[in-house]
Amino acid sequence: MSSVTSPVRTPLVTSGKSIHDVTEDICRQVEGKPTRSWMMGMAISLTALALGAYATFVLLWEGIGVWGLNKTVGWAWDITNFVWWVGIGHAGTLISAILLLFRQKWRMSINRAAEAMTIFAVICAAMFPLFHMGRLWLGFYWALPLPNTFGSLWVNFNSPLLWDVFAISTYFTVSLVFWYIGLIPDFATIRDRAKNKISQAVYGALSFGWTGGAKAWMRYESVALILAGLATPLVLSVHTIVSFDFATSVIPGWHTTIFPPYFVAGAIFSGFAMVLTLMIVTRAMFKLEDYITIGHIELMNIVIIITGSIVGIAYITELFIAWYSGVQAEQYAFLNRVSGPYWWAYWTMMTCNVISPQLFWVKKIRTSIVATFILSIIVNIGMWFERFVIIVTSLHRDYLPSSWAMFFPTKYDVGVYLFSFGFFFTAFLLFSKFFPVINIAEVKSIIKTDSEKL
Amino acid sequence: MKETKKKYWKGLEQLTNDPGYVKYADREFAEKLPLPGEETNGSSRRDFLKMMGFSIAAASVAACEAPVRKAIPYLNKPVDVDPGIPNYYASTYASGGNYCSILVKTREGRPIKIEGNTLSDITRGGTSAQVEASVLSLYDDARYKNPTINGESTDWDSFDADVKAKLAAGPVRVVTNTVMSPSTRAAIDAFVQKYPSTEVVTYDTQSAAGILKANEESFGKAALPSYDFSKANVIVSFDADFLATWLSPIEYAKQYSQTRKINSNNRSMSRHYHYESNLSVTGANADFRVPIKPSRQGPVVAALYNAIASKAGAASAGGAKDADHIKKAADELWANRGKSLVVSGSNDPAVQVLVNAINDLLNNYGSTIDLRNHSNYRKGDDASMTKFVADLKSGSVASVIFMDCNPIFNHPRGAEIAEALSKSALTLSTAGLKDETAEACSHVAPTDHFLESWGDVEPRPGVLNLVQPTITRLFDTRQSESSLLSWAGQDSNYFEFVKARWKEAYYPNQDKFMDFQMFWDSCLHDGVYTDSSKMEEETTETGAFAGDIVAAASSIASNYKGSELELALYFKAGVGDGTQANNPWLQEMPDPITKATWDNYVTVSQSFASANGIVQQEGIPWNMVNLTVGNTTMELPVIIQPGQAPGTIGLALGYGRTQAGKVADNIGKNAYPLTSVINGHRSYYVLSGVTLTASENKYQVARTQTHETYMGRDTVIQEATLEDYKTDAFAGRHRPHIATWQEESGESEPGKISLWKGHEYPDHHWGLAIDLNSCTGCGACTIACQVENNIPVVGREEVINRREMHWIRIDRYYSSDADAEDLNGLEKAAANPEVTFQPMMCQHCNNAPCETVCPVAATTHSTEGLNMMAYNRCIGTRYCANNCPYKVRRFNWFKYHDNKQFSDANTSMNSDLGKMVLNPDVTVRSRGVMEKCSLCVQRIQYGKLEAKKERRKLNDSDINTACASACPADAIVFGDIANPESKISKMLKIQTSTDKIDKEVGEERAYAVLEEIGVKPNVLYLTKIRNKDKA
Repeated sequence: MSSVTSPVRTPLVTSGKSIHDVTEDICRQVEGKPTRSWMMGMAISLTALALGAYATFVLLWEGIGVWGLNKTVGWAWDITNFVWWVGIGHAGTLISAILLLFRQKWRMSINRAAEAMTIFAVICAAMFPLFHMGRLWLGFYWALPLPNTFGSLWVNFNSPLLWDVFAISTYFTVSLVFWYIGLIPDFATIRDRAKNKISQAVYGALSFGWTGGAKAWMRYESVALILAGLATPLVLSVHTIVSFDFATSVIPGWHTTIFPPYFVAGAIFSGFAMVLTLMIVTRAMFKLEDYITIGHIELMNIVIIITGSIVGIAYITELFIAWYSGVQAEQYAFLNRVSGPYWWAYWTMMTCNVISPQLFWVKKIRTSIVATFILSIIVNIGMWFERFVIIVTSLHRDYLPSSWAMFFPTKYDVGVYLFSFGFFFTAFLLFSKFFPVINIAEVKSIIKTDSEKL
Repeated sequence: MKETKKKYWKGLEQLTNDPGYVKYADREFAEKLPLPGEETNGSSRRDFLKMMGFSIAAASVAACEAPVRKAIPYLNKPVDVDPGIPNYYASTYASGGNYCSILVKTREGRPIKIEGNTLSDITRGGTSAQVEASVLSLYDDARYKNPTINGESTDWDSFDADVKAKLAAGPVRVVTNTVMSPSTRAAIDAFVQKYPSTEVVTYDTQSAAGILKANEESFGKAALPSYDFSKANVIVSFDADFLATWLSPIEYAKQYSQTRKINSNNRSMSRHYHYESNLSVTGANADFRVPIKPSRQGPVVAALYNAIASKAGAASAGGAKDADHIKKAADELWANRGKSLVVSGSNDPAVQVLVNAINDLLNNYGSTIDLRNHSNYRKGDDASMTKFVADLKSGSVASVIFMDCNPIFNHPRGAEIAEALSKSALTLSTAGLKDETAEACSHVAPTDHFLESWGDVEPRPGVLNLVQPTITRLFDTRQSESSLLSWAGQDSNYFEFVKARWKEAYYPNQDKFMDFQMFWDSCLHDGVYTDSSKMEEETTETGAFAGDIVAAASSIASNYKGSELELALYFKAGVGDGTQANNPWLQEMPDPITKATWDNYVTVSQSFASANGIVQQEGIPWNMVNLTVGNTTMELPVIIQPGQAPGTIGLALGYGRTQAGKVADNIGKNAYPLTSVINGHRSYYVLSGVTLTASENKYQVARTQTHETYMGRDTVIQEATLEDYKTDAFAGRHRPHIATWQEESGESEPGKISLWKGHEYPDHHWGLAIDLNSCTGCGACTIACQVENNIPVVGREEVINRREMHWIRIDRYYSSDADAEDLNGLEKAAANPEVTFQPMMCQHCNNAPCETVCPVAATTHSTEGLNMMAYNRCIGTRYCANNCPYKVRRFNWFKYHDNKQFSDANTSMNSDLGKMVLNPDVTVRSRGVMEKCSLCVQRIQYGKLEAKKERRKLNDSDINTACASACPADAIVFGDIANPESKISKMLKIQTSTDKIDKEVGEERAYAVLEEIGVKPNVLYLTKIRNKDKA
């Protein structure tokens, strides 16, 4: 890590923290007793997880019919949730990989949590393609190109769903390795500070025998750069491939070449919003205001304005192209989005994704924690509706009016979604309690030494 | 060998003969081994081995037992039954006056499918949904399984003894629906001979007594005429739904469809005017449809009569009221004298006399109408039934036998009959299927299912059909004719009875066979036999028209007063009169018009709905209505029906069964008691005293299609008027062309440009051609496909969830009055719309969008053009269904077989009895897999194998899909488009080319639905042509 920090730049960590303060502040909640707010958060998450687990059990036991899907609308909440969670994951990779390559140092105090969010979000996302299968017990391995005794019986490499399998599994693997390698020096710090035997053993094992030697640091930094290089294309490719599920189909409203960039922008948009939601809570819960500063929040809000505007342009382009194409079904599909039975979903999406982020042009709003928190949630609601609009309103009225139908979610649609939330927050809370939520080693490189202080 | 004194010893102990050694010398081990419990109570190593051996043996025995539970091989294999090879038996479906000549397909001795018999001159291979579905009622658990007296099971001997004793007591009545069988009539006669006090009372659920009366008045012959729609250039129908429910719809649809088949060499077709209140299947097919109130039926017929009479110079009738197109229709009828036909569904003799007069003036008798060679479909007499009810109520009937009829449910005075039954000493029903009348009777003598029975049917004089059993009796039942014979003291072997009668009555009239057995076998093989001498004998000359026009007209004027709101009751193509209501296939069959399942409901016009605040919402329940007729009020769901005559409401009969079994009970409301009497005859119109009020309760009718119009999408529906077609065979065609960089002018067809190389079809290339002009929308194909392909029934709730499983659906589109640009307006159907039916099944695309998206390649393309589904490979992502532009893929949302949740609806997959109907050639799909039309791949495979075994090339007629063979209008043609001699190739004018990939279609009317997206379907549609003057 470079140690040159311009003295005229505003400090990234405030309150003149010393290197020791950093260690203390971040290790505090790992070593201390769980806080009250953490316990409450955990209780809520576990409740959601349990309720969701029941819904998921019923789904797997009874069949996909417990959802509200029908012969016209074959995907609804399942794939909406899938795309939504994958999108959320993107922020972590973007922050840790692309911003690392661009040497954006402000990312250092948020990348750990953002990457953890990525991992959990990708797990949540991967649940849905599994749960939505009619025969999960076979599908979970038949979708893999495994050698078998049936000769030519092989997966279909033409299918975008198969591309998804590769995209998601690659993405998950790379993200996990990247995140874990970053954790190793910090685990070693905790191991070295640990007082009880269990902590010593656990963190000792987790830190893979980190010595802190110069050579270890050198290798660590090379690996981090290589993995960042590997992860960078994934930021673009994963959501591009997810968008192919729709773009390569024949359904009006899906069959759109604009989807790959539009989906990637949307993913970063929703991912940053989710990072903000989590960070605002975490910094308050663990008193990390000096590390995750208003400056961070403002920078992330700027990314939200940019990506939100890209998404807005994409929406308008879609409408224009539908009109310009002269294709009857295509024109109707978009007219139906805007003014059909699901008009409210479309306008929720438009309001949340295009209009509300524009408020961040006002400095007061983008530096306000409350406003940011509210808007970050609104953006994620909007992004969920974006996927719902694309999937459901395109399917429910496609080519033949005879099969036009409505989709009504059941409690099991909600329940399985709740399950993913329960899992996500349970995992994130466990992470924030037992793992260092901020990269101790990296942050130490950006605090100002006494001599640099103005 | 030298003796030796040498002695070997094991140890010193043996040498010294130590007593301690000698004691244990015979043991394996001299010392006591430290084995625990060898002599105490514990278990030993040997015990353990014994236990283990037993356990393994027991476990293996137990494990082996389960799979072979019911696979019992033939000890002596019947000669004709080969496992895997179907046998077909000719037989006849006759339910009341409904007739169809059929072939019954049996597999391993079980009837599993009914097909039309092409040897019949009447139904000519056509079937209907009810005929197709009737095989399931054989395996209905609601069948009576043995004779009962007062609910107690008994055996036939003691049952007969009891019945005979009671019959002897006094006046007997035998109540039947129309009996078309001469042998049944003979059996009844034998019974009457034994019990001379017997009166036979005949009624019909769909009464035509008024037509018989009118013909008696007009021509002196009380009979139904035989119609021939195929000879009619102009057809005017007054509320006669002859394509779906009126008298003999299969026969009429066959005839009618012949007049609707056109091509560039024959650019003429019949013109059809239709006057009705509810939108019926026939009305939907008419070229000009005029909605009129029931009270105008009579006056409008009178108006047509006057219009014709003025041309013929005959006297005019009074009380006429004009309607749209009457003058035009009269002009055309007059121009086509002798080649036209006027029919009326009315049961009022006055109206029918006028109709007779019109047909007489038009010289149609002898060409399109044949009263000499009449039809036997309806013989019911409303008056004798009225007398019967009176007799029953007065207590003067000692014994009453309900022979295969259910008047308590389907006669308007059923409630009175039920009440009066207690006054008779013997009340007996021969119902085979559980019904309301049998439940109210003291004695039930269950008859066999018609697939277990012998018999004959005579739909027209001299046209004879045999009924033969295709399976041994499943239960301890006895054919009702056998019962009558045995109570008459005769030999109850009805088979011998029928055979003897044929030997006596028909065998002597022919000279083809020298031996009766050969004659009989031939008749049995064909299922049909025409006895021309009987035809002559029974055809009676009719006099010249002698009807009293003035009396008829004044009767009409006084009877058809009309009121603000009138009710028109009707029958549905599926459930019909309700006899087969316990058949889930029919309950779940979408009504051809409303696409509703599992209910009857009030249909109201758009204007009535908007005036009374009736709002129908997509996907959610809406308010019901209270229908009051006289003193009866019932709460019913309501559907806004385009084409419903303003001021009228419609309601289907046949619903509201209460004792039919778990499928039908409490489905809908019974509308039979609402029928009225007009001019002394049963009328399905209620002209006054009808009120409709909104109810607070909400309800959702399960409909398979909720969007009514095709939104002006001419890539889906392509239609033209005959006038335009005459000048341009491409009339109405939407032919998309696209521009490419090579051809900027845009002359390329979309299919010419593709990412794919295309599939090569070296041998066969299967396809379907569907003539939208012939399809009447009746739904026979849907049920035929359901039977053939083991398609589950999902029940009302799941239809509401839009998850019905039918592989072939019939899309019904209404026209809209809105401009092509007004997309909101296009959603609303016109008040009196033009209707188009479009059968839709897997289109077997050559560039199938489903095939590319399946991650596990579970759906693939065959080398014969089929899009195939490998159920076992499917993991159920549903991506294929989403990406199907035609939305024809069906997903198994639940396990539909062996699942309590579906046992009440999906009876064919939830009990051992029901499962007997399943087609063993087709897999029952498990939950979580996708399914869809396979073009009956099992039939293709069977046909190919048969041809191969016989070492010959496949003939075009070897293979037919279930839908195509069921269609009474021949609207669906299946075949090999790679074979230039096939019917389909000729129909589509496939250009002979060496291209193994793309075929050129020469037929101008043929189009692929959604041609512009380039999926290249193997199912092609022929444009709908309406016989109208201009667009």
